[in-house]
Order: sequence, then C-alpha cells, then structure tokens
Amino acid sequence: MTSFDILQFLAFVAVTVAMAVPCAGYLARVFAKAPVFADFLFSRIENAVIVIAGPQMERQQNWTAYAFSALIFNVTGGALLFIILLAQGWLPWNPQHLAGVNPAQAFNIAVAFMTNTDWQSYGGETTLSYFSQMAGLTVQNYLSAATGLAVAFAVIRGFARKENPALGNFYADVVRVTLYILLPLAFIFALFLIWQGVPQNMHAYVQAVGLEGVKQTIAQGPVASQEAIKMLGSNGGGFFNANGAHPYENPTPLTGFAEMVAILLLPVALVLAFGRMAGDRRQSWPLITSMTVLFLVVLAFGVAAEMEIHPALAALGGHANMEGKETRFGVFNSVLWTVATTATSNGAVNSMLDSAMPLTGIAPLFNMLIGEVIFGGVGCGLYGILIYVLITVFIAGLMVGRTPEYLGKKIESYEMKLAIIAMMIYPVCVLGGSVISLLLPAGAASITAPGPHGLTQTVYAYASAAANNGTAFAGFNADTVYQNVVLALVMLVGRFGVIVPVLAIAGSLAGKKATPPSTGTFPTHGLMFTVLLTGVIVMFGGLTYFPALALGPVAEHLSLFAH
Amino acid sequence: MAKKTTAALFDPALIRDAVRGSFVKLDPRQLARNPVMFTVGACSFLATLLTLREALAGQAFAVNLQITLWMWFTVLFGNFAESLAEGRGKAQADSLRKTKVETTAKKVASIDATACKTVPATELRQGDLVVAEAGDIIPGDGDIVHGIATVDESSITGESAPVIRESGGDRSAVTGGTRIISDRVVIEIRANPGESFLDKMIGLVEGAKRQKTPNEVALNILLVGLTLIFLIVCVTLQGFAAYSGTMIPVVYLIALMVTLIPTTIGGLLSAIGIAGMDRLVTFNVIAKSGRAVEASGDIDTLLLDKTGTITLGNRMASAFIPVMGASEEELAEAAMISSLADDTPEGKSIVRLAEEKFGMKAVERRTPDMQFVAFSAHTRLSGVDTGGISIRKGAPDSILRLSGNSGSAEILRAVERIAKTGGTPLLVARNQVILGAVHLKDIIKPGIHERFMMMRRMGIRTVMITGDNPITAAAIAAEAGVDDFLAEASPEKKLDLIRREQASGKLVAMCGDGSNDAPALAQADVGVAMNTGTMAAREAGNMIDLDSDPTKLIEIVMIGKQLLMSRGALTTFSIANDVAKYFAIIPALFMGVYPGMAALNVMRLHSPQSAILSAIIFNALVLIALVPLALRGVKYSPAPASLVLRRNLLIYGVGGIAVPFVCIKAIDMIVNLFMGA
Repeated sequence: MTSFDILQFLAFVAVTVAMAVPCAGYLARVFAKAPVFADFLFSRIENAVIVIAGPQMERQQNWTAYAFSALIFNVTGGALLFIILLAQGWLPWNPQHLAGVNPAQAFNIAVAFMTNTDWQSYGGETTLSYFSQMAGLTVQNYLSAATGLAVAFAVIRGFARKENPALGNFYADVVRVTLYILLPLAFIFALFLIWQGVPQNMHAYVQAVGLEGVKQTIAQGPVASQEAIKMLGSNGGGFFNANGAHPYENPTPLTGFAEMVAILLLPVALVLAFGRMAGDRRQSWPLITSMTVLFLVVLAFGVAAEMEIHPALAALGGHANMEGKETRFGVFNSVLWTVATTATSNGAVNSMLDSAMPLTGIAPLFNMLIGEVIFGGVGCGLYGILIYVLITVFIAGLMVGRTPEYLGKKIESYEMKLAIIAMMIYPVCVLGGSVISLLLPAGAASITAPGPHGLTQTVYAYASAAANNGTAFAGFNADTVYQNVVLALVMLVGRFGVIVPVLAIAGSLAGKKATPPSTGTFPTHGLMFTVLLTGVIVMFGGLTYFPALALGPVAEHLSLFAH
Repeated sequence: MAKKTTAALFDPALIRDAVRGSFVKLDPRQLARNPVMFTVGACSFLATLLTLREALAGQAFAVNLQITLWMWFTVLFGNFAESLAEGRGKAQADSLRKTKVETTAKKVASIDATACKTVPATELRQGDLVVAEAGDIIPGDGDIVHGIATVDESSITGESAPVIRESGGDRSAVTGGTRIISDRVVIEIRANPGESFLDKMIGLVEGAKRQKTPNEVALNILLVGLTLIFLIVCVTLQGFAAYSGTMIPVVYLIALMVTLIPTTIGGLLSAIGIAGMDRLVTFNVIAKSGRAVEASGDIDTLLLDKTGTITLGNRMASAFIPVMGASEEELAEAAMISSLADDTPEGKSIVRLAEEKFGMKAVERRTPDMQFVAFSAHTRLSGVDTGGISIRKGAPDSILRLSGNSGSAEILRAVERIAKTGGTPLLVARNQVILGAVHLKDIIKPGIHERFMMMRRMGIRTVMITGDNPITAAAIAAEAGVDDFLAEASPEKKLDLIRREQASGKLVAMCGDGSNDAPALAQADVGVAMNTGTMAAREAGNMIDLDSDPTKLIEIVMIGKQLLMSRGALTTFSIANDVAKYFAIIPALFMGVYPGMAALNVMRLHSPQSAILSAIIFNALVLIALVPLALRGVKYSPAPASLVLRRNLLIYGVGGIAVPFVCIKAIDMIVNLFMGA
C-alpha cells in the first residue's frame, strides 16, 4: 500500500462523509414530508400521480397490506422485464439485432434486477438491446432501490409510531423516494458521467481496426443513464460484461472515485438519517460506528491478504498478485472497490475476484454472509442491521435484567420469532444452496476449478444471490439452466424472505406503546451497545459460516502456502 | 415456610432425588418441553445406535462410545439441574402445603343463622359462609363478614404474635390454615378449593405445571433458532466434506452439533425459572404468576402508601408549643390529662412525652370522676371533663370552632409551622381557651432513605401516596427521599396516577393493603398486597407479601432482574463458547484431507479423537459446573444498566470465549493421560 493509496482512501472517506451528511438531512426531510428546495416541481408531479392513481395511494396500510403491495409491485415489474427480454427481438432500439433471451436466463435476469441483486449471468453488450437495457434493467434499477428505501421507511415508522399499526402506503413511498431522491441524484450523476466521457447514445456498435491491425467491435449505447442509478441504487448490473472495469463505464480516475462514493452515498446517508427519522438522533451513532469499524477491519484484512506474495510469484521477484486486475486500479483500489461493493449490496466489479488471493475472498464473502449490513444496500442495509439490533437488544436486555426494548418499544417473543426467521434465511439459502449445487452434477458443472477454490466459487455465488449482491467469482459458469433457475429462486427468497418478516416486526412494533427511558433502561446509543452489536454481527456470521470458510478460502490458502 | 432459610444448595437428600429425577426426565415426552435438550437427547440416541452398530460389526468403537456417553451425560446434567431446582421448590411447596391441613368447616346458611352443618373444607365454594370459633382452623381464604377475632397466622407468616381480624375495615381477610385463638366470626369464603393463592404458589414453586413466562418464551425462540442454524451448519458440513473428498464419521458430526447448540443455557433454563420462584418464597412473598415476577424487574414507578411503609404507622408527639401566654407545662399537663383514656398511639405518645419532659406521672392523675369523650370522625376531637374543667384536643379547625374564635395570628402561625415541617398539629383547649399546639410527627422508618437511594440506582421512581395535605406530604417526601408524592390521595386519584403513568408507557408497581387500594392494585402491573390487608386487596394484587413489608419490593425487583440476567449471562456464555469448540473440532475433522488445517489447531490438541472428545466433555462439564449459578442467580447490585452490562459482558462474554480454550486444552491433556496409557 503506497502513501498515495492512503491519501486517496482518506479523500474517499472525507468526500463520502461530506456528501452523506447533507444527503441525510435531505432524506429525513423527504421522509417527514417537510418542504424541500425543489418542491414546486416534485410535489406537482407527486400530486399528479396521486390524482391518476386514485385514493388507494393515500390509504394507510398495515404491515400485511404493505408487504402484499411490495410483492405485487415487484412481481409485476419482474414479469414485465421477463417479457421484454423474451421479446427483445421484436422490440425497438435494437441496432445490433439481438435475439430474444432464452427463458431460463431471462428469468434469472428478471429476478436479479427486480430483487436489486443484478447478478449477471450474461454479457450486457452481447445479450441485451438498448430497449431491454433502458426500459427493462434501468427501470428495475430504480424500482428495486425504491422498494428497499420504501421498506426501510416503513420499518422506521414501525419504531417511531405509537399505538398505530399503520406503516404508511407502499405506492406513495415508492413514488416519493423515486421522485425526490433517486431521480434527481441519478440525473446529476449521469450528467457528471457524460462529462467524463461515458457514452449516452443509441448508435450501433462501431467497427474499428486497432493499431495492431486487429478488427474490433466497440460497443456503446445509453450507458451513463444506467451507470448512474446502477451505482446509487446499490444495483451493480453493468451495461457491459466487464462492468466497472470497462472504460466506457468507468473512463477516468475521477469516475472511479465518484462511483465508489456513489455506492456508499445513500446507504451511509440513510443510516445517518435513521436516528432523526425515528425521533432520536443519537440512535444513528452505534449503527454507523459499528458499520465503519467492520468496514475498516474487512478492508484491512482484504488488503493484507491481497498484498501477500503468491508463492509462485515470490521466485519471480515478489510482486503482488495482479492477475485479473486493471493496471490503472492496482491492488488497493481493486480491494477497496470489492469491499465497498460487497458491503453495500452493489454487484459492480472492477477486478476479477476469482483471481484474487484465496484469503482475500473472505472479505467480500464475510460482507455478504452477514447479510450486507455494513452500510448495506439502499434501504436493505438499514433494515438488515435492525434485525441484528433486535437480537443484540434482546441479549443486552437479558444481561441487565430488563425486558428488552429498542427506541422505547418492547421486544417480545413475536419480534424474536420473526427476527430469527429473517436471520435463518441466509444460512438456509447459502449453505443449503451451495451444498446441493456442489453435490448435484448439474450444479457442480459450473465449477471451473476443483478443490477448495471450486467450493469458494459456489459458496460465493449463493452468498451473492441470497444477499442480493450480484458480484461473482467469474470463473463460476452461472449461465446454465440449473444455476439460472436456482440462483434466481435464492435471490427471491433472500430478498422477500427478509422484507416480509421485517415488515411484520415493524407492524407489531408500530402498534405498541413506547416506554420512556429511565436509568434502568439500557441505552442503545452508547459505546457498550456498539461493541455488543459489532460482536453479535461477527459472532453470528462467524459461527454460522466458519466451517464453509475453513473448507473454502482457508483450506486453499493453507494448501497454497504449505509447500 | 416459617423459617426463612433455603435448603443448602446441595442437600444430600435433594441430590439423591434429583439424580433419580434426571433419569425419569429422559422420557421423550418430558424432554420435548425443552427443544434444545430434546435435540441433544435425539442426538445421543442416534449416536448410541451408531456406536452399537459399530460394536456389533466388530469395529473399534471406544472413542464413539465415550462421545456417546458424554452426550447422554449432557442430557442428564440438564435434567439434574431441573430436578434439583424442582426438588428445592418441592421442599418449599411442602412447607406451604403443611398449612393446608385437612379441616372441616362449619357451614352456615346466613350470617345470623345458629344452625351449622359440618362439611369437609374441600367442598367449600366461593360465596359459602362458615363459622369459626376459638380453636378452629380457618377452612379457606375469605373475608370476615361478622365479628372480630384474634388469629394465629404463624403457620404462614412465621410471626408468633396473634393478629386481630374483624369485619369491615382493612383487616378483614383471613387465610385458610390459620387458627382462631379467641372469639367467633362468620367468614365468607372467597376461593374455590385448589384456587387459593397458596395453591397457586405451590404450583409455581413445584414447577410441574409451570407456565413459561413471556421472556422465557422469547429466549426459547432464540435458542431454537440457534439450534436450527447449527443443524443446518452440521448437515451441510457433511456435504462440503463430501465435495472435499472425505466423509465425517456421523458420530463426530453429531458431537459437533451438540457442542455448538446452546446446551448450557438450554439445560439450565427451566432450573433458573424455578429457582427464581423459590427465592421469592424464601423472602416470604407469594406470587400468583411467574409473569408478575418477571414484570417486577421492569418497574419504572413504585407507588408506596406513606403510613406504615415510609413512616412508622403512628405519629408521635414531639413538642408542646404553648400560645397566648400559657406555659409549656400547663399545656403538657392538659394534653396529658385529656389523653389518659386515649388508647391511640398518638394519645399514648402525648402522655409519654409529658412524662419525659416534666416528670408527670400519668397513673397518679387519673381520678374516678373523669368523664372521657372519645374521638369520633364527626367531631374530630376527644377530651375529658373533670371537676368542672373541660379539656379538648383535636384537629385545629375543630378546636377553633369549639373555642368560638377564628384563632389569633399566633395560633395560626404555630399550626402552620408544624404543618410545614411535615408534622400534624393538634390543638389543646381548656374550657374553650386554647393553650397551644402539640406537634405530632411522622417518624420515618430507619433505613428507608437508603432503600430509596437503591431504587433510584435501579432506575425506579418512587412516589409516596398519602392522605396528608401537600405541604405535609412535601416535607415527609423530602425527608424520606422519595422522588415524588401524591397528596390528599383518594382511591380515584391513585387509580388516575397509575393510569397516567401507564399511558406514558411506564410499568407501575403498587403496594397496598386496604380495600380502597384494590382497584389500584388491580390496575398496577405489579400489585403487592400486604398479608394483613383485606381479601379484596389480596385478590387484586398479583403478589402477596406475608411479612407485610412494602419495601420488600426491592427484593422482588432484584429477583425479577436476576431471573433475566441469569438467562442472559448463560446465553452469552453459551454462544461465546462456540468459538473455541470450532477451533477444537473443525481442524480435527479435516486435517486428514487438508493437512494445512493443522494451523487452525491453535490449542495444539493431541489428536482428532481427543479433540472432539475434549470438546464434548467440556460441554457436559460446564453445564453441571454452572448449576449453582443457575440456582443462585447471577449477582445483581443496583447500578445503571450500562455498568451492569459491561460487567456481565466482560465476565460471561469475554470469559465465555476464553474459558473453553483453557479448559478444552486441559481436558485434552487429561484425556491423553488415559488414552496414552
């Protein structure tokens, strides 16, 4: 790690914080329906939508109605995307005359984008028309992020409301967050990207002959508009197969920097705004501190692991492993990007994880296996960590001899039951899914490297799908009928298997009365709570996945360095 | 019940019973009540079958046999803890039950009926009327509806002095099993057989029909969740192993599963609950449900009746304040003479004060011609007429009315000064001329200030309830150190206060004894009725304090908190233990296929077999080692929540990670001594 890396990292932290703080204030105002600067425009559009949609958008929903609306809305969106992909051959804006996508892959893509996973079993420029990219993927990029934010809003209302089981209106929330938050931010960011050289056009690909005399096809299209929401909405599905490593997605050092900031912007801002929205600003601190500490530890671990000299390279002068990396990013930036994207549920990649050192893989795996709660995806990071918070509060409450409460709401057996269900989703999907895939010939066929590395590839794929991340060990051949279908199912369970219990918890909490804190109440904004929360996250993640990690990356590392 | 001692933690007789009980509880139907231990039982059974199969096939089975045995020990140790707690509870229940002597009752048709029918006490129903005379055992819980009697309640309170119980007023409740010493009363039975509060308490301490409390249910869900997660981990591990080119012996896999699931807390959970109830009984408190005990740990506000709780029941004369030129001695003499026949503690204290201050001898002053005027609630004064002199003492407004003047400034000043310091003024008049005031003072119970300080550290706000005027109340509240007070309290005002506190989300506890407390006791989340109180109060509350000591709520709160803390501490300990167990077992399982895994064997355990065996032995031993902690409860001293958490986290969290590393290593060394031999 050079001093330039450190300097750049500090600048990255500073810019992220400097942008997230005002953004948090803005989110809180949008949440509270307080006036914002562009109200004259936004509120008119919002009112027009409400008039068109009719009174159902103004109706307060209890948790079942809210969850049902979210499901219907997403399934409809997914189905629409599925049809678009199948039918893209007949649809407009297809200068390359790409044919319809095969059903298994189309199903996988539709689910991946509707669940905010953006798992890519396809190469964008060789599979999808501009219409599919714009009207299909980009639209879902907005709506899946909006769903995450809306659910997070509903959950916060669950904590903030007293003896009122209504959680708001899902449709109204989706319209509001899309209109007030996602569209303006993505618009500004897209303009920035265009200025930096990201294409935004509808032209056919260009045939060119390079200096070496080789004929090549240069793909292009409406990249900037998709790239912007891809980063801001923790989606990560690249316009091109090479994703963040493609020069048209990430043309300059400045775009690389800005895209990393964009990944973290909304997740960080939402956590900062959480306390304000829930009525006690201090409540943001343990969450943000715990996340930051975990982020730094995972990053340090990843960088240290990747800096280790591969035994085969040691003989050649001891250079760090550069296989699968862009030379312009180097080791540090590649690992930083990897840690940032997997912490936040953003499936973008700028280096090939499959080629990284064995232990390095633990960093993104850990981020995903604990459920992507280190800042996490837009909305889902917050409601994800709140599940850990409930379990932490429960244990802390027991240890101080008081019925556990958080933000004044008593945590009882109903909430525990749902929190445990939400917690169990990942082990079932990741461990169960990987083992079945490893043992079934149809699943094992996707592995391209035998031994522990193949195990890591598989676990990584299922962790990425369950946590709705989208990054992959690219060696893993995801475009098989088996993986397309099973991974899509895992993505669905990983998404809605958490959203539904979390909304149920919110509904139950919203109906409870709030207890004012006393000195006997355990304060959930102090250092002790932060330490315990971090401990619970690490323990639960560590204990559940210790064997899988030991047999994958750790075994590979130990074998590699044994000789 | 009479003696406040608990059985020694490991009484040999109890241990014997508990050992037998731990085998009886292997019955799957009983194990099923506890999901974690049921899982261990099922695992042990499976391991037994597998070992048996190996033995029959003539393969080496020594290691598997040892692992299997230790798994069975784990189940037995858990059962043992529960049996021991139940045994201790039973001992308590037996002493409670002793009070339920088989008696007969003399049933009557109406209060004034003379003919009575003798029926067994077990046939009495709510609403029946029975007669009890001197020497009779009272056949059931009820209220005296006619008459007055002295009752020996030593069988339930351990207090040998008899108490007076009479119809009407706040002292009408009688308890089944107590004995009438004098007089005859008619009692209305208020509880059906098997439903008296003694019956309820017996059920609770015996643990047989014990309902799980809400918090226990929630914790159980967490434990079941963890068990399922580790089940998934272990089942999938075999799949990962198969991919990696090895098969883990199923017994080893089962051993891993048993060590990982939270057996420590799972095995001790019910013992903790039963022991908590048991501790309550040793404090002479009877709880009608475990839920109430748990709720008491959450109390935010405690309402206490002033009289008899914060202050000694009686006011004492502390000073004579003469006015209008009268001398202090003159006032003292008049006050004393007027109180000669006054049997109230106030009256007696006036006599005593006069004797102490001026050497007056009360007995010498009494003459046969004295005509005493008794105190009545109507006139609010009392006195004496003797030899043409009429002396009256009473409430200031009554005496002022009697003396026919509105009171000089001097008199009013004296009255006001007494009231402001929290005292009660009593005016004395001789032949309608006011001589001065007697200062009656509330005596704060010794040590009560410290008790309130302790409550504040626990986060409980204390509110004193009194019928006094606000000025008096404020003075006493300040002296006693309560946080707030409710003056001029009426039953409605008390109820309102409780509802207001509850509406703001607080949990309220209330101590009371009178019938007028019953609505408030019922409304409060935790209502502690005094045993001396009325049946109405005892029915309304969810706990009854046999010693009638309201500050005992501190102990109740501590027991409630201890219950939760013991569970929390052992849960944390149990989960933290898993780190070391992984480091013991995972390398042991995979060193064969990945030799590099030896690097993870940080404890340098001797061999894969001894590593797994050591882990499972540790798992079983730690359960039995923590039985005393489960029965006694985690130490609790009143302190802010964050300090309590820090201490418990250090001991049970950090300790829970470190201890097994040391212990498993030690066990491994011992195991190898035997194996190596």
